[in-house]
Amino acid sequence: MAVKIIKRLLSYVLVLFGLSILIFVLVRIMPGDTARIALGARAPEYAVEALREEMHLKDPYPVQYIYWLRDMLRGDFGDSIITKRPVLQDIKSYLPATMELVVLSSIILVVFGIVLGVVSTKYASKWQDGLIRVLSYFGIVAPAFLWAVLVMLLFAYLIPVLPVSGRISTGMTPPPSVTGMYIIDYLLSGDPAGAWDAFQHIVMPSVVLSFAGLSQGARITRSSMIDNIKKPYADAERAYGIPERKILFKYLLKPSMNSTITTMAMDIAGIFGSAYLVEQIFGYPGLSSYGLSAMMNKDVFAVSAVIMIEGVIIILFNLISDLIIRALDPRVRLAEQ
Amino acid sequence: MTQENKNDFVVDVRNLHVSFRTFKGYTHVLNGVNLNVRKRERISIVGETGCGKTTTVYSIAQILAQNARIDSGEIYFNGRNVLTMPNKELKALRASGVSVIFQDPIASLNPVFTVGSQMKEVIRYSGVEGAGDKKVQEERTIAALKETHLPDPERIMNSYPFQLSGGMRQRICIAMSLSTPRDLVIADEPTTNLDVTIQDQVLKTLKQRVQEKESALILITHSLGVARQMADRIYVMYAGNMVETARSGDLFRRYCHPYTQGLMQCIPKLSGGGISEGIPGHLPNYMDPPPGCRFAPRCPYAVPECRQAQPPLYEIEPEHYVSCYRYRDQASGVMGEEV
Ligand SMILES: Nc1ncnc2c1ncn2[C@@H]1O[C@H](COP(=O)(O)OP(=O)(O)OP(=O)(O)O)[C@@H](O)[C@H]1O
Ligand SMILES: [Mg+2]
Repeated sequence: MAVKIIKRLLSYVLVLFGLSILIFVLVRIMPGDTARIALGARAPEYAVEALREEMHLKDPYPVQYIYWLRDMLRGDFGDSIITKRPVLQDIKSYLPATMELVVLSSIILVVFGIVLGVVSTKYASKWQDGLIRVLSYFGIVAPAFLWAVLVMLLFAYLIPVLPVSGRISTGMTPPPSVTGMYIIDYLLSGDPAGAWDAFQHIVMPSVVLSFAGLSQGARITRSSMIDNIKKPYADAERAYGIPERKILFKYLLKPSMNSTITTMAMDIAGIFGSAYLVEQIFGYPGLSSYGLSAMMNKDVFAVSAVIMIEGVIIILFNLISDLIIRALDPRVRLAEQ
Repeated sequence: MTQENKNDFVVDVRNLHVSFRTFKGYTHVLNGVNLNVRKRERISIVGETGCGKTTTVYSIAQILAQNARIDSGEIYFNGRNVLTMPNKELKALRASGVSVIFQDPIASLNPVFTVGSQMKEVIRYSGVEGAGDKKVQEERTIAALKETHLPDPERIMNSYPFQLSGGMRQRICIAMSLSTPRDLVIADEPTTNLDVTIQDQVLKTLKQRVQEKESALILITHSLGVARQMADRIYVMYAGNMVETARSGDLFRRYCHPYTQGLMQCIPKLSGGGISEGIPGHLPNYMDPPPGCRFAPRCPYAVPECRQAQPPLYEIEPEHYVSCYRYRDQASGVMGEEV
């Protein structure tokens, strides 16, 4: 058991190490002269040269990599060329907004994905199942930014019930920062109206971000449940008079969750990717917008840090999904002993 | 038969027709099944694979697949028609009237819940006195496991099915089916997937438990030998019909239907090759079954009449019925008709 966990952690460290090399290479091969971009076209050459020196840009790549890795392990991600502030500080101010978005859309994804999967199982081959199937195909094939535009047209323009952009309405003061997630912070400071306002701002982007994973989750849940519904134990449970709803949501859902959880974890990781465009469209000041503008401006340290942090978060999701599967499925948990 | 009233039976199935919706259309599987079981009686259904044994018992327990359709017929359980029962009564029937033991002990227990929690859940919905009480559930579960000769019930309760052997799992299914009183236990080939050495013990336990609890039993099996050892009466089934039924002893003394005769001749081969090898030909296509007797295409004695109308069940001695025109002249009556 302990050996298993150590092995697992070791493999995560290896993955992160690989990721760091990849990021380093990608960022360095981006075209353009970093130091020149940072200082602008009119800066004198000697100043640019000094900056190159300071950023170790003149050393061979392996040496540059080691400097970067060493600083990063110390918690120093360098300074942003654009904001002129330490990257870590930037990330601290942008990450909570993105986390709030990702968490809310994960909740929507998990809850609705599973419920729709169970409902399609219950009504297999009936019109309800057909409807969910068609909708989920749309959810899977159409990219999130398309939904973003559609939903925005619908709920902000045609039926203007939701705000179009930002995290809170203009004129509102942000809540005192505890977690950095506005809904929670407003609630903590005893301001439900503020929380409601923040929720109205975040609901469209998070729903849009959840579509793809939700649709896929519903399909996968349905297909494993349909497999299991044919097993004799399902017949037996029905024959023993256990209520139909309990059979579906407890006795069939639990053994059918493994592939659902695995794919949902990957879909949630994928939300970070989609968030780049969706945050742009909804004018939502999150980490993704920050990362995107950093990329456009060849802000090497910022880009590297954003990708690295998202890598860590994705690995965390992976770990969590593994732990959930182990908790739910004794076959996985006990097979190791 | 005629003196008896439907109330004397735990189960009384009359002229049951069931079909399944498939991609190509409806398959007409059950073709007028007649079957009854008295209180505390043990009967067995024998027939080759695909003849509709499982479909028959699933109809009784009302757990047919979603694509099944009951076209006509009646199923009485303790004198009440299951097919027209209000939902509430049907729930009670499932919870406390019938229990089902399946062929595959590996697949018949939920893999991700402990044995104990599954057994307790069954008791909880059984409507037995104190069913909602955790302590009653616990006590009954332990008692049921002990009565089924399972060692160390506490350990078994905390185990998951995959941690136990096939024989243990099948015993657990038997224990579960009899942890609360049942009027009827249905066992659908409960030992086919077990080691030959264990099969016998499990069947013995089943018989003993059913007797002790005064339940009736319907046992499905491929083997006439097992049927004889376990049941008071035997039903021989072919392609959706009961073609012959008699008390076990009577059937072995005097088997009449050409299909039963074929079965008897291949008894020594049963464990190996199976029934269909003994009789040339195979089951009809249920999509488009022959109009008369469904066995006619394989029957050495078939006459033109056989291909026109299905023969009724002729009574040739008490409780011995044969669905074959060759016995019309010696019959003292016909099942379902007043004499
Ligand atoms: N849900 C279903 N959909 C379509 N056809 C079905 C369904 N269930 C059973 N059948 C068909 O009905 C026929 C009888 O099946 P059934 O399971 O009752 O046979 P059986 O006598 O129990 O066979 P076995 O000894 O193999 O268990 C078979 O041809 C089978 O293919
Ligand atoms: Mg069967």
